[in-house]
Amino acid sequence: MLLEIFSFSTLTANIDKSLHAWMAPWLAVVTELVIIGIVFLLFYAVLGLFLVYLERKVCAIIQNRIGPNRVGKWGLLQTVADFIKLITKELIPIRNADSFLFNLAPFIVIAASFMAMAAIPFAKGLHAIDLNIGIFYIIAVSSLGVVGILIAGWSSNSKYSLIGAMRSGAQIVSYELSVGLSLLAVVVFAGTMQLSAIVESQANGWWIFKGHIPALIAFIIYLIASTAEINRGPFDLAEAESELTAGFHTEYSGIKFAFFFLAEYINMFIVAAIAATMFFGGWMPFHIGHWDAFNRVMDYIPSVVWFFGKTFFIIYLIMWFKWTFPRLRIDQLLNLEWKYLLPLSLMNIVIIAFVVLMGWYFH
Amino acid sequence: MKNKEELIGFLTRLFPYATIQEGNQYAELFIPADKWHETAQILKSNDSIPFDYLISLTAVDYLTKFTVVYHLESTSTHDFIVVKTDVENREDPQIDTVSDIWITAEFHEREVYDLFGIRFNHHPDLRRFFMEEDDGYPLRKDFKDEINIIELPN
Amino acid sequence: MSEEIIKNIIVREDEDYIVNMGPQHPSTHGVLRLEVCLHGEFVNYLIPHIGYIHRGIEKMSESDTYKQIIHLTDRMDYLSAHMNNEAVCLAVENALGIEVPERVKYIRVILDELTRLASHHLWWSAFGMDLGALTTFFYGMRDREKVLAIFEESFGSRLLHSFNIPGGLMHDVHPNFQKHTMEFVRYFRKKLPEYKQLLTDNIIFHNRTKGIGIMPCETAVAFGVTGPSGRGSGFACDVRKVAPYGVYDKIEFKEILHEEGDSFSRYLVRMEEMEESLNILEHVVDQVPEGDYTARMKPIIKLPEGEYFQRVETARGELGVYIVSDGKKYPYRIKFRSPNFSNLFVLNTLAKGGKIADLVAICGSLDLVIPDIDR
Repeated sequence: MLLEIFSFSTLTANIDKSLHAWMAPWLAVVTELVIIGIVFLLFYAVLGLFLVYLERKVCAIIQNRIGPNRVGKWGLLQTVADFIKLITKELIPIRNADSFLFNLAPFIVIAASFMAMAAIPFAKGLHAIDLNIGIFYIIAVSSLGVVGILIAGWSSNSKYSLIGAMRSGAQIVSYELSVGLSLLAVVVFAGTMQLSAIVESQANGWWIFKGHIPALIAFIIYLIASTAEINRGPFDLAEAESELTAGFHTEYSGIKFAFFFLAEYINMFIVAAIAATMFFGGWMPFHIGHWDAFNRVMDYIPSVVWFFGKTFFIIYLIMWFKWTFPRLRIDQLLNLEWKYLLPLSLMNIVIIAFVVLMGWYFH
Repeated sequence: MKNKEELIGFLTRLFPYATIQEGNQYAELFIPADKWHETAQILKSNDSIPFDYLISLTAVDYLTKFTVVYHLESTSTHDFIVVKTDVENREDPQIDTVSDIWITAEFHEREVYDLFGIRFNHHPDLRRFFMEEDDGYPLRKDFKDEINIIELPN
Repeated sequence: MSEEIIKNIIVREDEDYIVNMGPQHPSTHGVLRLEVCLHGEFVNYLIPHIGYIHRGIEKMSESDTYKQIIHLTDRMDYLSAHMNNEAVCLAVENALGIEVPERVKYIRVILDELTRLASHHLWWSAFGMDLGALTTFFYGMRDREKVLAIFEESFGSRLLHSFNIPGGLMHDVHPNFQKHTMEFVRYFRKKLPEYKQLLTDNIIFHNRTKGIGIMPCETAVAFGVTGPSGRGSGFACDVRKVAPYGVYDKIEFKEILHEEGDSFSRYLVRMEEMEESLNILEHVVDQVPEGDYTARMKPIIKLPEGEYFQRVETARGELGVYIVSDGKKYPYRIKFRSPNFSNLFVLNTLAKGGKIADLVAICGSLDLVIPDIDR
């Protein structure tokens, strides 16, 4: 049944084979790395631009507006135009700022989000590297971004930036716990940290259905905590524009600001992609137990479509509550994590361990 | 709510030293500047009609003197009175602050200081609001600004 | 009355961590500068600095005729432009002893309430934005647009219409005025529940505003905080009730009072005031009598020598106009007691000890319009 799904690994294996045929092995590896790098860079740029466009359209729909509709068909090129504008803008130097760290910060933020992309399985057989601790790697790498934010806030020599950065630090460090614990729930179910294996384990049903109540709780906790981790509304305290003007990136201009901006959207994509992979089966089509006919029909939809469909559904969820909820206050934010989400997710882990032990889930 | 005559009767009984000004819309009384602070205290804290709400505080420049005008209302009885004091000295005008009685006066007095140059004694924070220290006092009738003010033939 | 003296306490120290909010800052809604002393996230004290758009309206008015002054008053609290006009008009009319036609009185009340609604729409939009709920802005603006369309139809301008003149109105209203007002009332009655769903019932919104910036009634009176902000503390200061003008004494309406005095009760007062304005409009629209749109006035208005004080209720509180006349065609001295001036300075007392986010919530719930503070 599964064999019918087109696997990108045949494609990548062919490229690998042909490169090795006329190159020294080390040169072939280097060439592959370069190709992967270029593909990811392009993907990153296109994805970033599309997400910004999507956000504008989604918020326009929520707010009774039309949204961008002048540049290109349906305003599709609007974000490209904005990006060109940002590239050509002046980079304003800040007096008394620590210029080395000030310039370094955007790169740390963007590199962190870039690295996390490497382990995500975009389709069957399509990932840069299939680590056996994939999910652990993603959590570890994606929290590097906070270092960049702290550096940005500190080196800007601006009080607003500093307050924003401190808020962001407290927020990300706290919510990291809930994110980790809620993802651990699926790891316990699947019995592995390898992302491809986790996806394979959902061939007969996604974990959100198979794991019933505890998985649902874990998913909701993950959705809240990860939204907080990527500094998006209603948890966008780090850049709370009505309080701190723009928080940690107040002093940045031009392309350096664009880096923060882009990284924020890519982080949103990564968070949604992880949720799709862990809870909604990643690229795995919608399968129900042993209904072979139904499963076969589902298999005709390419795995890339499944993956991006699920991811963008979760992105839409995240955008939806950004544009409808007011912002929390910093103490309420930390209360929510330490008093509610963390005990709940700890309890949930224990319950899941028990459920798995007793085999009380669908399998 | 009392009518104007009753109110004037009440106020003259309370402040025998006050002069009642006739002919205007509301009950109006003049208080000598040296008695102003204690009068204000009685106005606020008397039991029958406590005037606890200072609506407006301003000054008028009559070229020979300044008159500081207070509009007061009692939130319990909704009686409305106007109280005035004269500041005769135009070179160094001074009057006691009432910001310890009606807190809102602190800011209205700062505005009056800014625009008229009347100093309020014992004011906690008498700084200029809108202008620099040596800009002059624009709402005085003899204020001249050749650049920004175009005089119209009257 | 409590014996405790309410004070505006500011203790400066050398090592204060000062953050300047403004003059350009998204949540001060104008060129207001707040010198905020922070201790971490907490506000130790704050000092408002004003005067960034001081235009000297009082000084200018001393060389303007009364008809010209009307146009300056628009520019004070631009969101209650109509009430500002009306204050001067009423002062002049009372001074001259002119009885304006009944039609004018009714139309003025309708315009008062429409302006109040438009102003509250904008406040609701901006308040949501202050708290991070960005969608409220577009919902509020959508409905405000309907009110402005009514204004535009009758007066040709949308915000600063200067439609009142001493003695009546500039010209008669558009024939469709009443019909469209009624249509708006019906439309907005359907839309008000949306406001409730989007913001009023939101749990995060409750957490952000309940118990934040508590202003007891004594503080409100002592600082002269009027309007919806004062009424949120239980200070019965509605000039429409206390000193009725126009036909407000003939109309039945509720004065909205809430006792809690926190940001949420100030919010509720405004929300309920919108409903009450709709009730007033519904009640009044059909009663507008036919007749002249202005009383007969001399071309040059000269007030008899004396002093006049007129109070009206704007969307933000009590506006007082104090005119000293020496019998000429220009006022000798004119003073505008603007509601926002008094409302602003309570901010230090309310925000002290709270967080920066609370300061923004309080600032939004006081609904400040900066040009009105500076004049």
